[in-house]
Amino acid sequence: MIEIIESGPFNTVQDLGRPGYRDIGVSASGAMDPLAVRIGNILVGNDENAAAIEVQTFPFSLRFEQRVVFAVTGADGNPHLNGSELLPWCAYLAEPGQVLELKQPPRLARAYISIGGGLDIPVVMGSRSTSLRGGFGGNAGRPLAKGDRIAVGEDAEIAMLPASGLAVVEPAVALRDVFPAPVGGALPIRALPAGEHDLFAGDGEGFWSQTWRISSRSDRTGYRLSGEPIKPTASIEMRSHGVVPGVIQVPPGGEPIVQMSDANTAGGYPKIAGVIECDLWRLGQAHIGARLKFVRSTHAEAHKVEQAVAGYVEDVRQTSRMVKRALRVMA
Amino acid sequence: MIVTTNRHASQREIVPATKSLARVSSIGARSFLLEAPGDFDLIAQRRIWALSQTVKGWPDLAENIPGMTNLLVIFKETPEDPDAVVARLLEAWENARSIDLKGKTIEIPVHYGGEYATDLPALCDLSGLSDREVVRIHHEATYRVFALGSAPGFGYLHGLDPRIYMPRKTVPSLKMPKGCVTIGGMQTGVAMLTGPNGWNSIGFAALEMFDPTSPTPAMMAPGDTVRFLPAGIEL
Repeated sequence: MIEIIESGPFNTVQDLGRPGYRDIGVSASGAMDPLAVRIGNILVGNDENAAAIEVQTFPFSLRFEQRVVFAVTGADGNPHLNGSELLPWCAYLAEPGQVLELKQPPRLARAYISIGGGLDIPVVMGSRSTSLRGGFGGNAGRPLAKGDRIAVGEDAEIAMLPASGLAVVEPAVALRDVFPAPVGGALPIRALPAGEHDLFAGDGEGFWSQTWRISSRSDRTGYRLSGEPIKPTASIEMRSHGVVPGVIQVPPGGEPIVQMSDANTAGGYPKIAGVIECDLWRLGQAHIGARLKFVRSTHAEAHKVEQAVAGYVEDVRQTSRMVKRALRVMA
Repeated sequence: MIVTTNRHASQREIVPATKSLARVSSIGARSFLLEAPGDFDLIAQRRIWALSQTVKGWPDLAENIPGMTNLLVIFKETPEDPDAVVARLLEAWENARSIDLKGKTIEIPVHYGGEYATDLPALCDLSGLSDREVVRIHHEATYRVFALGSAPGFGYLHGLDPRIYMPRKTVPSLKMPKGCVTIGGMQTGVAMLTGPNGWNSIGFAALEMFDPTSPTPAMMAPGDTVRFLPAGIEL
């Protein structure tokens, strides 16, 4: 068991999501930074899709009631175990009674806590993710709160960890060639023009050329962007159609909304563009107030980035397996 | 190193809508939206249902979501050649034979008017009809579930009488209650969640239409027939 000691209002249980039910109106949900969840789970020896805790309001703390392996990923710093600072992207062993505290990471928006054996939570429609809109899944369909206790699944082989832990090179560093750094403080987010792009005529260029700011009215469902409004040349009443995370819709006010993990499954607002799937985790790690710029991409480029990410994940999987095997032999 | 300078992407994958040709556009790199040409009617929707059944057999497909005379298909991985995907989708559309889904009939008791009918006066103003006429026109029609989406179990219903079409609101209601019976453009439905909603409410239905723990969580399915029964009229 783990017990939540302190939590902000929007911290939830998330895995890689609940795909396959969009056709009955159910959002996939899942972690805003799925890459962090995959790496965290590999580090602690779980299936990649095991449920983790997504922390997006800090500080957050929990007490381990049993001996477990855990890792904090996603964040770029500030996890503490019984007051000692830990490295993020690193698996550690916790003893019963120890308290893990996550303070606001320096730059990134969301941290993930993976625990060996996974969170033992019922699977609803194929996933343990919390559906906040639907009020089901995860921790009784609601955010975590002080006093909540969550069971931890059985960890068949508590990894033999060196006392200093087992770390991984984080994606932002390992994949810096395919995920360019911010330019002039604005995070580059790659996107493809979507169905109604041409309806924006000259304002379409304004969409690509200006720097947008993530407004405070942003959450797991969508990011609202502040900037110079863009308007279509005609107002059209569209037939409702399926949408996915990454779609950039423009409501009548002219300030775009990027749908995120808890995305609506259908929409009718004009779509100017769609963020390529492999860049969504970077957007998920951008906090309110951050500045970003959309960069026109291509399917070919998105395909290359996807392959680079898959290669990195596979490398982490192989290497961590090898290291653990070696440590077991040495022990 | 992947080049990420701001340049013009190929737009060859965007096929313009014409009377006879379906239009395919993309959302992100893995999702493609096929929009049927022509009218918003059951004929087009039957072909969309047929197309949905065809693409379900594609091994590289992750999900497909029927919409209102359109279909969103999501691939497992980003296709290297989007033009080939567009061609494959258009070919499947051309070959899609109209099918009819044999659905069940669902009767939904509705309390028309009253405190939930926040947009009924505006609808009367727009249509020039009395509230009584609007309600009668709404419950006398027979609707088909074209697609589900937007919220768990929410069914988009076709069959609304054009006399009571009403555009979505420019400024959505911030907290429309679950159960509101609404009109959005040429579509009608029942709100499944309490929350922001741009459709126009004319009544309320208490029926539970979604249960996540059930093997079939959504009560409605594409092809079903829906009748609204006036359980109460408060004008």
